[in-house]
Amino acid sequence: MSTPDTPSSEREGSQRERASSERESSQRERASSERESSQRERGATRAARQALAPVGPAEERAWEYAPAPESRETARLRESYGMFVDGEFVGSDRTLKTVNPATEEVLAEVAVAGPADVDRAVAAARRAYDEVWGPMPGRERAKYLFRIARLVQERSRELAVLETLDNGKPIKESRDVDVPLAAAHFFYHAGWADKLAYAVPGRPDPRPLGVAGQVIPWNFPLLMAAWKLAPALAAGNTAVLKPAETTPLTALVLAEIMQQAELPPGVVNVIPGAGETGAALVRHDGVDKVAFTGSTEVGKEIQRALAGTRKRLTLELGGKAANVVFDDAPLDQAVEGIVNGIFFNQGHVCCAGSRLLVQESVYDEVLDKLRRRLTTLRLGDPLDKNTDLGAINSAEQLARVRELSDLGEAEGAHRWSPPCELPDRGFWFPPTVFTDVSQSHRIARDEVFGPVLAVLTFRTPAEAVEKANNTPYGLSAGVWTEKGSRILWMAQRLRAGVVWANTFNRFDPASPFGGYKESGFGREGGRHGLEGYLD
Amino acid sequence: MRKTYKLYIGGAFPRSESGRSYEVSTPDGRFLANAAQASRKDARDAVVAARKALAGWSGATAYNRGQVLYRVAELMEGRRAQFVVEVGDSGSPDAESEVDAAIDRWVWYAGWADKVAAVLGSSNPVAGPYFDFSVPEPTGVVAVLAPQASSLLGLVSVVAPVVATGNTAVVVASQARPLPAVTLSEVLATSDVPGGVVNLLTGITAELAPWLASHRDVNAIDLTGADPAQAVELERAAADNVKRVRRAPRSEPDWTADPGTGRLAAFLETKTVWHPLGV
Repeated sequence: MSTPDTPSSEREGSQRERASSERESSQRERASSERESSQRERGATRAARQALAPVGPAEERAWEYAPAPESRETARLRESYGMFVDGEFVGSDRTLKTVNPATEEVLAEVAVAGPADVDRAVAAARRAYDEVWGPMPGRERAKYLFRIARLVQERSRELAVLETLDNGKPIKESRDVDVPLAAAHFFYHAGWADKLAYAVPGRPDPRPLGVAGQVIPWNFPLLMAAWKLAPALAAGNTAVLKPAETTPLTALVLAEIMQQAELPPGVVNVIPGAGETGAALVRHDGVDKVAFTGSTEVGKEIQRALAGTRKRLTLELGGKAANVVFDDAPLDQAVEGIVNGIFFNQGHVCCAGSRLLVQESVYDEVLDKLRRRLTTLRLGDPLDKNTDLGAINSAEQLARVRELSDLGEAEGAHRWSPPCELPDRGFWFPPTVFTDVSQSHRIARDEVFGPVLAVLTFRTPAEAVEKANNTPYGLSAGVWTEKGSRILWMAQRLRAGVVWANTFNRFDPASPFGGYKESGFGREGGRHGLEGYLD
Repeated sequence: MRKTYKLYIGGAFPRSESGRSYEVSTPDGRFLANAAQASRKDARDAVVAARKALAGWSGATAYNRGQVLYRVAELMEGRRAQFVVEVGDSGSPDAESEVDAAIDRWVWYAGWADKVAAVLGSSNPVAGPYFDFSVPEPTGVVAVLAPQASSLLGLVSVVAPVVATGNTAVVVASQARPLPAVTLSEVLATSDVPGGVVNLLTGITAELAPWLASHRDVNAIDLTGADPAQAVELERAAADNVKRVRRAPRSEPDWTADPGTGRLAAFLETKTVWHPLGV
């Protein structure tokens, strides 16, 4: 999850020079805007790159690395994948083609679940719940979950490469974050299966809900499957999981792992498809619980659709997190946190720190450091172990990122990207920073879900809180300061479900995750996450 | 001397801005009073008052909230005779027991104010050098459709948990049995509960509920007293800003049962804070 370090001595040296020249400048913002204009980069082609002035002295720029690609053979990619229903992989007359977003090559054909398949999957889950999984003692369920965790670990390299091929994220992220965390989620929840009496205060004999219909997004395909399945199964529910249309492959390998773990048929069903498959699942009468991770727009549709039913619902929706940097923050660490906050997973993160709020007195210094740091980010082949930024997951998402970025410019914000050569094929977008952003700009209000950072400033802590909370979302927030009392003061006032102080984008199965306001309700992870699967 | 039954908004007792009132009678038809019939604008004013009061109330220490709420129970005790008459007129078969139970219920929830975080919060042992903890925080402004049958015990059972956890409330009283609710608002006004923390509307539930369900500055809604025919529409409207919804029960709950922690947890968010460990 962390991004590679640039030798700090190099950065600090020039930072001191810059800091002294800053003090002389009485109109820092204007000056920095002019500097940015000369460095503006949009097409990110080679020609554009040559036209750009280098951001810092030559010795500061990224050095070349020899290619270090992970072998795609490891993914054991197959030509076609069936859906997983009642313990078997089955085909469908309708298929979708999933592509590698880094190259646009078709990776595989995947069976699409239609309404009849949804029926069969829900019926299989119901049967498994009634006959096997519901009555099974928790300690026995636990053993299956431990076994699944082990199998994920055993096949971790395969899963990481497959995830990177299907999603476009850098291999170092799928290898170091997605897959180990997925295994950790099964491991953590396995231990809960026989301790549910301690999971919900005041409920010594909680009951599972029944069949869970779960719809997950494309940004962390395997990890989201683990987030959804592990607590559901630990609590004694069975599940029908719909992976995202553009990233179905690792969920289907996870289904194969379920087979290898000899999980009873029907306990987990995986039904690929697009929005209509998900809609059929969440509206299905045989579903007792719906868990959805995705956009706020679709989350609201689901909440409406479930009105008047007795189905339980948890929603993990969008975000527009503020990452607040105070003038006493450890700025080099803060810059790493800013970079990790918005460029981790190409910004395809609902809790991404997409609004940077910098205290005015350190604005120039932070922006200089940030720009310099961004010039060292390596964008390119996601399978390369040195790659920091991979591909945008789909043409559709790329279009949205472009549209909102163009809008940002049209509304008067100032756009900057480091010199950055984009591959000819695939879906790519350079790391992008908007300055001169006002709170009313779409770029500061809408979730871009891409590598695009909007920078705003503040003077007082109260103003920081006001601006940070000025959004209908409330998923996450970041605070950077060396002052302990200020961290706690800020943490108390930020209306967000996760507050990262002097860090960002940390996840753990023991740590509850979820939003305030329009970022959804319910938690995933920790003791709290089980409540969404227990009655 | 007969009492005028009014609304309670932002710590004041206005009549409805609409000038409307409606007749309240006993179940056997004896006229009791003309209650104010709150309007859409009254509901919106109540939301504004609740929002305004939220920072102070949620920012108060839990100990302080607990003490303030405990004092409400003391004042209820002082008005016991009046409550018994009004609850009896609302059709309660055993008004004395119901009033006693309502006072006990309020005391029970008052005591939760400074305990709920310890019971529902957690320290999370993450796999890394971080201190990670989760605390419950109030959801915000909660609209409460009070139960239609139980005029005081039911009302207390739905309002007290909302405010004990630091939320502020806009309450629509039982439509046919609103008088104990109005008296409760008089208790609140003379207690130390800041104005706006509880706002109480009397009127036609089905008329007021849609405005609260769709209101963008309401964070959660309790549909306990909703008209069953309207509940689906209300739930759907609540999705516009992803409100937390406590669904309408299939029938009026048994309010004498042990309430558990469900209603406390219903209007709390969980906030998780991470900080690195190091020297």
